[in-house]
Amino acid sequence: MTDIVYFSSTSGNTARFVEKLGRTAARIPLYAREEPLVAQEPFVLCVPTYGGGSVGGAVPKQVIKFLNNETNRSLIRGVIGAGNMNFGTAYCLAGDIIAAKCKVPHLYRFEVFGTPDDVRIVHDGLEEFWKQQP
Amino acid sequence: MIDKLKLVSHVDAINWNKIEDDKDVEVWNRLTNNFWLPEKIPLSNDIQSWNQLTPVEQQLTMRVFTGLTLLDTIQGTVGAVSLIPDAITPHEEAVYTNIAFMESVHAKSYSSIFSTLASTKEIDEAFRWSTENENLQRKASIVMDYYQGDDPLKRKVASVLLESFLFYSGFYLPMYFSSRARLTNTADLIRLIIRDEAVHGYYIGYKFQKGLEKETQERRDEIKDYTFNLVFELYENEVQYTQDLYDEVGLTEDVKMFLHYNANKALMNLGYEAIFPKDVCDVNPAILSALSPNGDENHDFFSGSGSSYVIGKAVVTEDDDWDF
Repeated sequence: MTDIVYFSSTSGNTARFVEKLGRTAARIPLYAREEPLVAQEPFVLCVPTYGGGSVGGAVPKQVIKFLNNETNRSLIRGVIGAGNMNFGTAYCLAGDIIAAKCKVPHLYRFEVFGTPDDVRIVHDGLEEFWKQQP
Repeated sequence: MIDKLKLVSHVDAINWNKIEDDKDVEVWNRLTNNFWLPEKIPLSNDIQSWNQLTPVEQQLTMRVFTGLTLLDTIQGTVGAVSLIPDAITPHEEAVYTNIAFMESVHAKSYSSIFSTLASTKEIDEAFRWSTENENLQRKASIVMDYYQGDDPLKRKVASVLLESFLFYSGFYLPMYFSSRARLTNTADLIRLIIRDEAVHGYYIGYKFQKGLEKETQERRDEIKDYTFNLVFELYENEVQYTQDLYDEVGLTEDVKMFLHYNANKALMNLGYEAIFPKDVCDVNPAILSALSPNGDENHDFFSGSGSSYVIGKAVVTEDDDWDF
């Protein structure tokens, strides 16, 4: 089952983290000309934040578009944030915003494309997480 | 001295309405939105705090900041500029000019700190120390050598290691003071520099990876070997530089953890896996917290260790940026 939905820019850092998890995942399209993604089953959303310190613009517009679809919004169960602590208050800010808006937990945060430890923790954590979901 | 000035051989009028790489626009916007000047930070509010530091701590601070000034000067005057002739797109060239300018702003901002907190005599002594400290000078000369070499990818590696690794022996100190509620305005300024350097390291690392994709496997292996050798060469020197600075205040081991952690992130910016294992990257949580309010722990829901995990943790959200 596809239990991870993720967004990754052309730098591909988040995509790389998700690949290392070895789970089936669906990527939110980068360009508006691509077919929009509609989730079919509950998922955890993996989303990066890069750069600035302000709330405006922290969530990638492609992710906003994806969550504007009510079906997608109803199936989100958690968020995993990516970024760099050196971004200060903006570190994983998109994850915080989405967690607050969708009332789901911000499960984990990792930097760049994650260390092997991050991959292990999230991999095992998601196994348990899905077992506990109704 | 540079023997021969290297310039882009041909220039067309830059057209920002025709974009080859979206990352150029995204980073340009990010950098210009992040623009700041040291005059905006009320550094004089730190004078009282400065006077409460011991003479050893004051001297350490001055030395750390002259060291950072040197690196920012190199990056502004040589490093970022040396990347311009290698750029693939005209917009990439423009981003480097922004990076170069901001590095000069960073270098100047240390002088703002100095003139606010210290006497001319103390400032002169710190600058003299920076020219006499072997390990600082070696750090500068290693990077300068690669900037003057003829390999664009190696230049980018050196640049990312400077942006994402070599600054951190210095950045540690204001974060340490900030965690103890000392020199907090100075720390605010340093956080702005750290934020800029993070974007620079990310972008140059991204361009490096794009360049590497076009190379043969043999050449990729060569670049990877070169990168790891350079990391270790710089790391050895960083450890000695860290000892020169921090032995007297007993913080060397703590700073080394921070160095390992940042070396890993520098490698990741270049697309390589982290090399320093978790147990030597155990950065003091107070330092991570000073870097980012979200940084004090992993907020790890999975292992139940993140005490601050709360559903819908208070974040100011505005409907206009989040329009369902």
